[in-house]
Amino acid sequence: MRRAVLATASTSALVVSLLLLKPHQSGAPQTPSPSPRGNGTPAAPAHRTGTFAGDPVDTRYGTVRVAAVVNQGRLTAVKVLETPSANGRDRQIAADAVPRLTREALAAQSAHIDAVSGASYTSEGYVRSLQSALDRAGA
Amino acid sequence: MPERTVHGLRHVEHVMGTVFSFDVRGPDIPALRRALDDAVTLLHRVDEVFSTYRPDSAVSRLGRGETVLEECPSEVALVLGLCEEAGRVSGGWFSHTPGGTLDPSGLVKGWAIEAAARLLREAGASGSCVNGGGDLQLCGEASAGAPWRIGVADPLRRGLLAAVVSGRDLAVATTGTAERGLHVLDPRTGRPVAPLASATVTGPGAGLTDAYATAAFAMGGAALDWVASLDGYEALLIGRDGRTACTPGFPRSGS
Repeated sequence: MRRAVLATASTSALVVSLLLLKPHQSGAPQTPSPSPRGNGTPAAPAHRTGTFAGDPVDTRYGTVRVAAVVNQGRLTAVKVLETPSANGRDRQIAADAVPRLTREALAAQSAHIDAVSGASYTSEGYVRSLQSALDRAGA
Repeated sequence: MPERTVHGLRHVEHVMGTVFSFDVRGPDIPALRRALDDAVTLLHRVDEVFSTYRPDSAVSRLGRGETVLEECPSEVALVLGLCEEAGRVSGGWFSHTPGGTLDPSGLVKGWAIEAAARLLREAGASGSCVNGGGDLQLCGEASAGAPWRIGVADPLRRGLLAAVVSGRDLAVATTGTAERGLHVLDPRTGRPVAPLASATVTGPGAGLTDAYATAAFAMGGAALDWVASLDGYEALLIGRDGRTACTPGFPRSGS
């Protein structure tokens, strides 16, 4: 099956998505608060600035780890700390998928949208690692 | 401030050969969580019944003539009925028997998205967005007074958006070559077609909307007039040369 993607091998049950990358600077809190992250108390950290490493996430193709570069609560870049590199195919998949996901994450945020039609977000490892980085950033 | 906080759940599920994501908003989190569990169970069941990749699925067995419709789970007849409707309405541009093989996949995913969204709405979600591999069913609103905003992926420039759609109670489905290569067949020849880079269709329910997006993509530029003639459906077509065209009522956001 031709799928140039990073995907977790197991059936996933994750409370993340790229769509969480919406900026919070609009005033109205639009992102729902999944219970693991607190239930909407106004204790959210002030918009932070810095580079926040995400968790390493194992995928079918190897480990993916990214860091979020956040400026005043807004995602400005994604640094790739670790991508699958065991063999040429893994490297090719990572080389193709990771820049694409980074652009999508940034495009989604700048357009202030809830979801994207026409894109198969199959790269859960990337998303999970990025989400954990953003959680750390309080973004 | 607290009363403006939006409560909800997010969930990602790998099923039906793609990734489904749920964004569910509403005050009663336990009820939403139960509905989310039910929706996920439903998706896995749909995969078991309809997957053409599983030799033992009802649809695979039906296609090989090893069983009859009456012995299949009731949703098979329901879905095949919708497939026939889509084939009729599209003048044959949608087909659940491409190349002579039974394959209702072009409608099943959308139908499953729609059914999952219905469970969430019945559980009291004030808004929900069910995204199955880039096809979506939106119910209610993103937050009070705010419609959902959905980007349409630019098929020619990965990672960028070609348009933004906004709406309430709306399905958005896109068929294109960008993500998965050529995967739409001309129902008459069984061969891949790609006159467009992508076709996005909006409509009330994800099942038929998904099928109509597939038909519109196969149809090419003529799809614009066809979709415009359908009550409740709109289309955005993106050509391989990058030109875009949409029906007059396409719910493009903003200016």
